[in-house]
Amino acid sequence: MTLASTRVKVATANEAAAEAVKDVDVDVVAIYPITPQTTVVEKIAEFVANGDLDAELIYVESEHSAMSALIGASACGARAFTSTSSQGLIYMHEVLHIASGMRLPLVMCVAMRALSAPISIWNDHSDLMSVRDSGWVIYVASSAQEVYDTTVMAYRLAEDPEVLLPVMVAYDGFIASHTAEPFEPAGRERALELSPKRRTWSRLDPDSPITMGTITSPEYYYEFKYQQVVAMEKALEKARELERAAQRVLGRSYGLIETYKIEDADVALLVMGSYWDNARLAVDEARRRGTRAGALRLRLYRPFPLEELERALRGVSVLGVVDRAISYGARPSGPIALEIAASIGRRLDLSLVSIVAGLGQRTVTVEDLTELAVSLENARGARDAHLVTRFYGVRGL
Amino acid sequence: MKVPESVRDIPREELFVGGHGLCAGCVAGTIARHLVKMAGPNTIVVSSTSCVEVSTAFYPYTSWRVPWIHVAFENAAAVASGIESALKVLARKGAIDPSRRINVVVYAGDGGTFDIGLQALSGMLERGHKVTYVVYDNEAYMNTGIQRSGATPPMAWTSTTPVGSKVRGKEGRKKDIVAIALAHGIPYAATANPAYPLDMDAKFVRGLSAPGPSLVHVLMPCTTGWRFEPRIGIKLARLAVETGMWINYEVVEGRLRVTTKVPKRKPVEEYLRLQGRFSHLTPEEIREIQNTVDREVDRINALAGEIAIGPVAR
Repeated sequence: MTLASTRVKVATANEAAAEAVKDVDVDVVAIYPITPQTTVVEKIAEFVANGDLDAELIYVESEHSAMSALIGASACGARAFTSTSSQGLIYMHEVLHIASGMRLPLVMCVAMRALSAPISIWNDHSDLMSVRDSGWVIYVASSAQEVYDTTVMAYRLAEDPEVLLPVMVAYDGFIASHTAEPFEPAGRERALELSPKRRTWSRLDPDSPITMGTITSPEYYYEFKYQQVVAMEKALEKARELERAAQRVLGRSYGLIETYKIEDADVALLVMGSYWDNARLAVDEARRRGTRAGALRLRLYRPFPLEELERALRGVSVLGVVDRAISYGARPSGPIALEIAASIGRRLDLSLVSIVAGLGQRTVTVEDLTELAVSLENARGARDAHLVTRFYGVRGL
Repeated sequence: MKVPESVRDIPREELFVGGHGLCAGCVAGTIARHLVKMAGPNTIVVSSTSCVEVSTAFYPYTSWRVPWIHVAFENAAAVASGIESALKVLARKGAIDPSRRINVVVYAGDGGTFDIGLQALSGMLERGHKVTYVVYDNEAYMNTGIQRSGATPPMAWTSTTPVGSKVRGKEGRKKDIVAIALAHGIPYAATANPAYPLDMDAKFVRGLSAPGPSLVHVLMPCTTGWRFEPRIGIKLARLAVETGMWINYEVVEGRLRVTTKVPKRKPVEEYLRLQGRFSHLTPEEIREIQNTVDREVDRINALAGEIAIGPVAR
């Protein structure tokens, strides 16, 4: 047994997130329960109760107040954290825009969950897709280890003086949030080496008073918003550097997208989050059945890693995009498929197939993904395949 | 922080300065100016979206010489909770001077407090954050142009409670925000009125010195929304007290004390007749308001354990 392996724990993604919060020495945590996020803040409360983390816990009365309180705390220079899911994320939607507009380096974990109505406590990506334009950097992690590493990395990216944007670390509710798997925390020393505490942003300080959150006229508003555009571009560049820094300090990195057997692939499936493991198994199975399949995973969703994606897709003739949310009335109806159709659909010689699957955690097995991968062959050469979304697995079709 | 005994005790230093866009004769600026004078430079002010927010922090200008933040309409108390928590932990960790006491003050309107901001306020009070919450009450949503709020008094005209053949202005009563705040068991709550600046300033100081959350509810005559001549704002504020339409009191650790005693009250009509928002009232309707005020005076006297507000002298 090596020395490193003695640090390996068994934890859910929620516990891994809490562990990262402890290791980067977060100062203020807003706590509000919502399934399947709750165990993140429970674990943090436990760390504080045991003296493992010195932080102020604010037992807010809603997610809206959670984000509001964090904005106040961050505006004072504190490292702040919260986590949420589903309706909670939507309830704080208003304030998400304000956090990014005020350029506060908050970090939040999102255990992704379906949206009401009807109520579903189970997993899909509808909540995340509804806030994708709120000006936050968005990572979607696929394992407990990645959730830990990304949460640590998130503070470095958010607090980079050339970025100063809030960061979401999203992962699948239940599938990741409640599945225990091995993971290795870096420990406080290495976490703080990667994300040292530097107060790089403008703060409320009686010694040099500033006014934050002003009203602006048409004369200025647009420039503020444009600066957020520039910050996102910078964040993309910094996110690439961050992968190298993580490799150096943590001994692990992921890239902005991950690929599997894509080099010689003819057809490929694109997924996010915890479908990644099954997608890779499906690729192997599809290849056994004679389809030269590959798979990709978007790890960074905002800013969108277009160059990485384009590079990976060269040579692929059919791309199936598995969306776990619906953009109602849009063609295609999968939000990521829509985005890829708009950004690279015409630049690459590629047929794009929009697939919606797994809503409200409807089971999608390796077999299902294999079937989807094999079926992509049928769309070869079809230029308008993406205009029709395949609602895979829905009954009554 | 010292409770001022005369106007000479009020600091000369101006931390809320002119050049803002408040209406001529607006009393909200007067209250803000006094509030930050009493709190001093070691203060962080949080505002909700309101007249004061849009007119005193108009980029690239500001009227605030203390750190000031606005986030949204309904969340000033939550933002203040975060600030107060951050100051505590940052002092504990040595990131800011632990010996330094920094006041956290909210300055919010009645809409942002009585209505949309009530949940955040309740959360802040319940959790016990050491924040002084000052609500300036102009009795409607004045920032958006005189729509009724939970603080609008009965029968007042507003743009959403217009006076017509079927409706006679705002229906129902004015929410008792001090009672709501006190229901959280907070150590200090008070009502105040800018026509009595020393009393108001003393309440700001007591609120700031309280060992937990405090709330000061301040009447703010609004020239635009109430429809009166800009020069009579303070006169109207005084008439509110003299008629018993407004009672200055404070509650310290659950004990109520009337701070501006009125041995002989003026009839409410003197207050109502100076304002366009009440110009439609019939003598019967004025009598109805008088009766409501009489009952409220009785209630406060009973709580104070004395006849602090006397009968109407005609």
